[in-house]
Amino acid sequence: MNLPILECRNLCKNYGQGDLALNNFSIALPKGKVIGLLGPNGSGKTTLIKLTAGLLTPTSGELFVGGMPIGIETKRIVSYLPERTYFDPGMRVEETIQYFEDFYEDFNTDKARAMLEDLGVPTTKKMKALSKGTKEKVQLVLVMSREAQLYLLDEPIGGVDPATRDYILNTIVSNYNQESTVLISTHLIADVEKVLDEFMFIHNGALVMYNSADNVREELGKGIDELFREVFRC
Amino acid sequence: MAWAFDQTIPIYLQAAHRIRSDIVCGRYSKNEKLPSVREFALTASINPNTIQRAFGILEEEGLVVTQGTAGRFVTADNEVITRARDTIAQQLLQVFAGKMTELGYSAEEAAGLVKTCYNKASDINILKKEAPSDESADS
Repeated sequence: MNLPILECRNLCKNYGQGDLALNNFSIALPKGKVIGLLGPNGSGKTTLIKLTAGLLTPTSGELFVGGMPIGIETKRIVSYLPERTYFDPGMRVEETIQYFEDFYEDFNTDKARAMLEDLGVPTTKKMKALSKGTKEKVQLVLVMSREAQLYLLDEPIGGVDPATRDYILNTIVSNYNQESTVLISTHLIADVEKVLDEFMFIHNGALVMYNSADNVREELGKGIDELFREVFRC
Repeated sequence: MAWAFDQTIPIYLQAAHRIRSDIVCGRYSKNEKLPSVREFALTASINPNTIQRAFGILEEEGLVVTQGTAGRFVTADNEVITRARDTIAQQLLQVFAGKMTELGYSAEEAAGLVKTCYNKASDINILKKEAPSDESADS
């Protein structure tokens, strides 16, 4: 499919302490796919996501989103879910909605409100009064309520219960459209693998494998979780 | 309720199998309009692209027909549905025959057991109850 939504060319990131967090990393991801970003702890998943979101700058190499170098224009079309929520603890949920509405042109307020209601999140409460899982729900709902072209989800289901996990995966599936790509970084492969079109394994900042999920099942008769355990056996 | 999948078999094949079974068993009847890709994706809790691919297979088999922008429909051709039903039956029989042979039953003995099983009304009820959940797990 024409232009890749995300393209990395020989991307390197060095935090200045020996090992490279990303080491000559190259990949081109197509539009319209749900893609798993999978790797052991410290493999470079979050670094790749933060570089793409424009929160870090590469040490060397190039990075393009929708054919554009990282900047204001790419941030407009990228919706990023960080590992940890960044809202002020004193903010009410209601205010976070306003915040997103002010900030992003592509934010769909009705969608956000409907999802928060589905999840039973009290919008009048302050962020600090919410449990860890509920805070994560708020953040994810806001991120998924943007009509973005690239969603970067860093561990979106780590802190929530299995029922909410299902709801979140369904949210991802139902919000998704032919033009947008969702990149999900996670350790919980078994929970997400059925919704993945493609996946990549990364290790020590380098790409180990990039394939379609059903290709792997077809050719190896294995699920992604099983393959991960084999490739990264300790 | 999300569909159950075996992660070692391509999901699109399992989704196709599930929809095919639903057509053959009459859960969707001849000529009936099928739910959209998105609706199926939500019910199954899988990716719309995967459902799309499953539909591709069913269209190739002639079980599902796309009518322009009106959506997808179950075929109007009884023969196609009958053929799909026969194929599923053959697959089940092969599994059954394989396992019975492994257990040491001859073809005649196995056939006799099948008949006895059918004759017990209660067993048939059990079969009927178990049938839908069974398909998704196997494939």
